[in-house]
Amino acid sequence: MRISSVKELDELRREIQDSRDPDRPRITVCGGTGCSATGCKGVAGMLRVGLKSRELEGRVDLSVTGCHGFCECGPIVIVYPQGIFYQRVTPEDVDEIITETIEHGKPVERLLYRDPVTGEKKIHETDIPFYQKQMRLTIGNNTAIDPASISDYLATGGYSALAKVLYGMAPEAVIEEIKRSGLRGRGGGGFPTGVKWESTRNAPGDIKYVICNADEGDPGAYMDRSILEGNPHSVLEGMIIGAYAIGSHEGYVYVRNEYPLAVANTATAIQQARELGLLGEDILGSGFSFDIRINRGGGAFVCGESTALMASLEGKPGEPRAKYIHTSEKGLWDMPSNLNNVETWANVPLIINRGSQWYSRIGTESSKGTKVFSLVGKINNTGLVEVPMGITLREIIFDIGGGIPGGRRLKAVQTGGPSGGCIPEALIDLPVDYERLAEVGSMMGSGGMIVMDENTCMVDIARYFTSFLQEESCGKCVPCREGLFRLGEILTDITQGRGRMEDLPIIEDLSEMLKDASLCGLGTTAANPVMSTLNYFRDEYVAHIRDGKCPAGVCRELIAFRIDREKCTGCGVCMKNCPSGAITGEKKQTHVLNTERCTKCGICYDSCRFDAVKKE
Amino acid sequence: MSEKNRSRGEMVTFMLNGARVQADPGSSLLEAIRFYGLDIPTLCYDEGLTPYGACRLCVVEVGSGKREKLVASCVHPVREGLEVRTHSNRVLKTRKMILELLIARCPGSKKLQDMASELELKEIKFRPLNDDCILCGLCVRMCEEQMAARAIGFAGRGRDRYITTPFDMTSEECRKCGACMYICPACELRCQGTGAETVLCSGCINTEPVCASRYDDAMCFMVPCLSCVRTPEDVK
Ligand SMILES: Cc1cc2nc3c(=O)[nH]c(=O)nc-3n(C[C@H](O)[C@H](O)[C@H](O)COP(=O)(O)O)c2cc1C
Ligand code: SF4
Ligand code: SF4
Ligand code: FES
Repeated sequence: MRISSVKELDELRREIQDSRDPDRPRITVCGGTGCSATGCKGVAGMLRVGLKSRELEGRVDLSVTGCHGFCECGPIVIVYPQGIFYQRVTPEDVDEIITETIEHGKPVERLLYRDPVTGEKKIHETDIPFYQKQMRLTIGNNTAIDPASISDYLATGGYSALAKVLYGMAPEAVIEEIKRSGLRGRGGGGFPTGVKWESTRNAPGDIKYVICNADEGDPGAYMDRSILEGNPHSVLEGMIIGAYAIGSHEGYVYVRNEYPLAVANTATAIQQARELGLLGEDILGSGFSFDIRINRGGGAFVCGESTALMASLEGKPGEPRAKYIHTSEKGLWDMPSNLNNVETWANVPLIINRGSQWYSRIGTESSKGTKVFSLVGKINNTGLVEVPMGITLREIIFDIGGGIPGGRRLKAVQTGGPSGGCIPEALIDLPVDYERLAEVGSMMGSGGMIVMDENTCMVDIARYFTSFLQEESCGKCVPCREGLFRLGEILTDITQGRGRMEDLPIIEDLSEMLKDASLCGLGTTAANPVMSTLNYFRDEYVAHIRDGKCPAGVCRELIAFRIDREKCTGCGVCMKNCPSGAITGEKKQTHVLNTERCTKCGICYDSCRFDAVKKE
Repeated sequence: MSEKNRSRGEMVTFMLNGARVQADPGSSLLEAIRFYGLDIPTLCYDEGLTPYGACRLCVVEVGSGKREKLVASCVHPVREGLEVRTHSNRVLKTRKMILELLIARCPGSKKLQDMASELELKEIKFRPLNDDCILCGLCVRMCEEQMAARAIGFAGRGRDRYITTPFDMTSEECRKCGACMYICPACELRCQGTGAETVLCSGCINTEPVCASRYDDAMCFMVPCLSCVRTPEDVK
């Protein structure tokens, strides 16, 4: 069936909505990255079998959806119409859920979320502190939409923004609206989206391309993946609107090959949209034509950079080139091209539907709307969070993230992915805002957020990210290739006790050169981790170099273990566990650690129950 | 006037070290600057090949105030009204650092050692490696663009990048013309002066420069500089 007018689209939407009984039971199982790792497939399978064996199949809907965000508590199952939120569900729990909740309408107490502070059980998602301070505009629908069903998307108002644009707005008006909303790129640079569209529209040329960047190479980040997996139509709708505004008839989604589900769901969505006449020739009977193809990227981090991505799309090696002539003028195959990030595209239908005024009221002076972050590291509630711009890092880490595990202290938080800076605890009242994050030596980036506690060595962190970036550097330009290699060399020296005080100014000079002279964004931002840690935690560098000590007790070459004679009870656990036979002692006698044989693995330290093994 | 609507042949005016100069609209900053006789060091550039923008030795400073930045002049087009500084302290410092990194990698290259004395580089602070290739890519472009062969290319990424034939096997495409060796800045001549410890060739070492230490907007167009009394011949 092809829809060829707004009227037909509205009719179809009404039909779908009317055919749905709001009281009909529906179970959604989170099929996101986190829940897949904790076994949501088994849960969904058991549910399917359970419903079948009780002959409930036709009366209860079951869908596996995109990421619900609260990955810490996965697998997550929500039962509608009540909206009961179950966490850490195992296949063994399924029978009880069906009996209690589906058949008797009662919650299964033991599967509810328990507030760690008050001990109170929470029934609904909205009662849980993790969700309360969030503003889930782009990922919120993930809990309710089956990503493989265009009907689900239409039922929640999908493609109404597209209809509004095609039949009521001139391309220039769409651009004006996006400009007024204050939307900025969510992929890293934070460039104003409307301005980018406008320059692509104004660039001379008949053939123009619209591209969606779903390369997402940052380790530990899965924002874009979750949107594409959970709600692919929202991205497609954004792209079609963008293409109309820009005057483009051909689009690409460049998605990394390691995301097979995102690829599959996007492909399904494209197919469905084409069948309904929402994509392809003469969209909605408006005369405007636009089609989208999927391109699978090889998965190099640097391929996310705009010019490298376009080179890769052309079938060339994914290497950046100079951007002194913007890609909006000469991009893919030298044609004007507009590249936006997945999350940027997903914001577009929202802005069109609810208006730029509404959108621009969310956030700060220069940063509007919401931002999705993947909250990982030393934090109680790891997961995917979407927050209004302007929220403080403290609110994200403590109110939403639930603070640091084990009662340990927060030390720093890294924002912006591998080339973001580490923001120290003293600055965590900083609002999330492009400019403010840059001012303190970090960046918004694409939305990675790594929380570090007091047991983190900041020099080691700098070494780690520098070596990641060094491995991911394409190696084309000298500052990045050689500069990162030497930075890595120096940082390794420092963490292994070979550092010299003269190394510190060399680090600074190398960082300066990287920032000034590198060809692409990978090199120009690569010094952020080392510069920010050197700025805020200089004393740790000095401790490594001058005192030969790693204050956090992380760098192996700089720590030593010994057994405290007073505390040792002679239980022998450490001796049994030590893989290198470095500990000796008679039962009930003080044990001795031979530092010559010790490989500093730390197993004795972790296994002693009497706190008798000391790390120095 | 924007670049787009400029008719062919009309000259672009820009500021070169404080002087108002003109250039062909299609030319790169490097071409325009060299036309005015200023010396800009380059390694991955060759007039006959597509500019590659990889060595970054050709950096110059453009813009002013908050928008001041370094750009690679070999790939940056001339633009109306652009302020360009070719020898500001920031530029010189960056070029030296880049060269220092290259020499630490390939101390045996005479070309790099000569450049070190031209840029007055006095010290290499990094552990020397004894590699032969600086990955400038000239040979690759030479082979592809001038010899129409495509017998060699880059392989690997980042630190592991190297030049090789397809699948690391003897290439059918290669006609053994030697153009790659002819254009290579690293293997063309071996510097005899460096030892494992010295890294910088002492034979070409410089004395302190006599001229002004700040070059920002300086108007010195003398190459060779007369007050410095140094020409490439002197250095050798
Ligand atoms: C090394 C590097 C990696 C990048 N990776 C990504 C990525 O994975 N996804 C993305 O959307 N943008 C990435 N970017 C940013 C893109 O170059 C580009 O700015 C962005 O896709 C533009 O879209 P936006 O304006 O909507 O943010 C990367 C940039 C660099 C320098
Ligand atoms: S900055 Fe790094 S990643 Fe970018 S072009 Fe240079 S070497 Fe490649
Ligand atoms: S072999 Fe020579 S020409 Fe080729 S990349 Fe290496 S240094 Fe450049
Ligand atoms: S000559 Fe311009 S970057 Fe190498």
